[in-house]
Amino acid sequence: MFDTLTDRFEGIFRKLRGRGKLTDADVDAVAREIRLALLEADVNVGVVKQFVGRIKERAVGEEVTKSLSPAQQVIKIIHEELTATLGGATGKLQGGSRSPSVVMLAGLQGSGKTTVAAKLARHLERDGKKVLLVAADLQRPAAVEQLRVLGERIDVPVFSEPTDPVAVTRGGIEEAKRLGRNVVVLDTAGRLQVDDALMGELAAIRDVVKPDDALLVVDAMTGQEAVNVAETFAATIPLTGVVLTKLDGDARGGAAMSVKEVTGLPIVFAGLGEKLDAFEPFHPERMASRILGMGDVLTLIEKAEETFDAEEAAKAQERLRKGEFTLEDFLEQMQQMKKMGPIQNIIGMLPGMPKELRNADIDEGELGRVEAIICSMTPGERRDPSTINGSRRYRIATGSGTTTAQVNAVLKQFKGVQQMMKQMMRPGKKGKKGLMMPGMPGMPGLPGT
Amino acid sequence: MIHIPALGAARRAHHFTSANGFRRRRVPAPLVGSLGYGMKRTSDGTRRPRLRDRMSRSRAGFRGLRRRGRLGDDAWDELEETLLLADVGMPTTTALLDDVKERVAADKVRDAEALPVLLEDAIVDVLTPAADRSLARADSGPTVWVVTGVNGVGKTTTIAKIAAQELSDGSSVLLAAADTFRAAAADQLAHWADLLGIDVVRAQEGADPGAVAFDGVQAAVARGVDIVLVDTAGRLHTKVNLMNELGKIIRVVERTPGALQEVLLVLDATTGQNGLTQARDFTEAVGVTGVVLTKLDGTAKGGIVLAIEHELGVPVKLVGVGESAEDLVPFDPREFATALVGSDDDQAEDAT
Repeated sequence: MFDTLTDRFEGIFRKLRGRGKLTDADVDAVAREIRLALLEADVNVGVVKQFVGRIKERAVGEEVTKSLSPAQQVIKIIHEELTATLGGATGKLQGGSRSPSVVMLAGLQGSGKTTVAAKLARHLERDGKKVLLVAADLQRPAAVEQLRVLGERIDVPVFSEPTDPVAVTRGGIEEAKRLGRNVVVLDTAGRLQVDDALMGELAAIRDVVKPDDALLVVDAMTGQEAVNVAETFAATIPLTGVVLTKLDGDARGGAAMSVKEVTGLPIVFAGLGEKLDAFEPFHPERMASRILGMGDVLTLIEKAEETFDAEEAAKAQERLRKGEFTLEDFLEQMQQMKKMGPIQNIIGMLPGMPKELRNADIDEGELGRVEAIICSMTPGERRDPSTINGSRRYRIATGSGTTTAQVNAVLKQFKGVQQMMKQMMRPGKKGKKGLMMPGMPGMPGLPGT
Repeated sequence: MIHIPALGAARRAHHFTSANGFRRRRVPAPLVGSLGYGMKRTSDGTRRPRLRDRMSRSRAGFRGLRRRGRLGDDAWDELEETLLLADVGMPTTTALLDDVKERVAADKVRDAEALPVLLEDAIVDVLTPAADRSLARADSGPTVWVVTGVNGVGKTTTIAKIAAQELSDGSSVLLAAADTFRAAAADQLAHWADLLGIDVVRAQEGADPGAVAFDGVQAAVARGVDIVLVDTAGRLHTKVNLMNELGKIIRVVERTPGALQEVLLVLDATTGQNGLTQARDFTEAVGVTGVVLTKLDGTAKGGIVLAIEHELGVPVKLVGVGESAEDLVPFDPREFATALVGSDDDQAEDAT
């Protein structure tokens, strides 16, 4: 795979440092790189062309400032432009004055409509709405059953009947009125945009419900096809927005930019996993970073802020200063880190992480094993691991379902981290203190550490 | 039994007796290899034009090339753009263009009209035309095909189609619903099993998928079933835990010697460059033996399979070009290339 755009730009600009202005030739060289990066991210070829044109116009003649390197400067321009392109009203539905208001979901097969329906229902319920899920996907076997199960999980009623999608929709709205639900979330069958019969059916449903919101569900892994899909769906039903799904994978998600550019529709929500709470408002600036391959620094910072208990962190800091970093702290930090989500995601969000580490298979189970091992120790052992002798080691291994060799490995790892912490905390090395990130216990479980 | 003279002895199915005394008819593997999977029944070739029809929409881009006259930068740019629009991806596109440029130099071509044919040849070469694209079968005992892929690519539907084709070819089929994660996934598979009148082995939601796969294979051994199709939960290749779980399913199936014959990766034709990453990660984790490219009946071109074959050497075995069971057809490199480039189509057009 390619290096990040930042790396490549640094290469191009190394030779221009100290010059006054970005010239045509400089920008051309950069434009080629942007084009490659965007194509690699699956942004549509036509969309890339337009975008690169805009960047060139903006960048040529730009003064090279002192505070930023030329590379950083161009990246800043691109990032701003891309964020602006992706931006729009996110996180909110248009809604309507009537009750129930209707949110209709449409998209290709397998884009994730049914899961989004349940996630959206959960999201709206948390906002104090009363939702009725209506399953109008009578095409895929067991799609209705799937929505019923999901509805049960989030405690939201589900309506369907084995008639036809238009009748189900009509019945669903009546049912919502009867039950006093004020939002109907309508799941429809997946369809190809070239299937005229099914697209006609979608139009028929639209005519019956006149949805307040009609959302196109788009898989973040979609390639060039995103443009055709978005254009045809937008022409069939008046879409009001887009939901981007499967963002928890490693696809760069250029489809977001393609769809946004050709339809102008806001990307309202993002799906980030199979769990029903893995759903959040779409963040244009984060997506811009992701498409450019710059690492999602903002998300990481926010997540860290959310997750770390300030008080606990202060306590840990205090102990650290006294040089009392114990296995208990080690465990605590690991648990804090786990709260931030899969380690792989966190590493992906850190810019400048070496490629090997970004692509490394990080075994979450390994973290779990380390946790189990520490939890199988007595508080005394956790405070002073030197008391752990052969028979204790055996007991710990048995208790945690591991082997004594694994227990040894953890103890060794911990010793290394403890040493590191001591060095960092040693007075007189002030410069290093500020560099330490909270809760980075030497990344246990990484291969090669 | 139908006897096709041209194929002679190879066509003759052999009989054998399984451990529990069931007599079964089995199509020998070499036959499948020589004809391509699923082509046994349709000697008139009705399936082939179909793929081209279904993909006709994707060819519009390439057609413009023929009317460009002399070979200039424009023609090359257009060629590049069309490949990129087909999700072929930059590295493979560059490799293909370099190849075509070499062919142009070698043949002293001056006319852009010749480009589509040269490009078609280059695509076929990238696709390792000699690769074995048939689905492998066990010499004795049940044959197990495990179907994997990320979420929403069409695994369950693909299984239903393969099962339907195998049934009409006279094999007995059993389905194992090892997707115990997604709500109602087993119901979806059971629905198909009902329609096809075959057995499905399933467990409760949240059950161990490895156990379901194991039960499926054991049931097939006991009942003397020829083919077991194991449906697995969709999983993103980035989730280490889920990939490990898939590894366990595979190991469990491998316990019945010779049973595991195929690990198929289902890939949605609308997938972009991430398709290569998916194929790489699944192959590393569970040794994918073939790709099934689905949803090729839209305008998506599935060009990423070029990169997958080129870089990973994993052959595309089947393509899905429509809703019905017959719409799952064997992958043919020449046909795929022709469908993408549309050169013979244009010749027909020019002739009229």
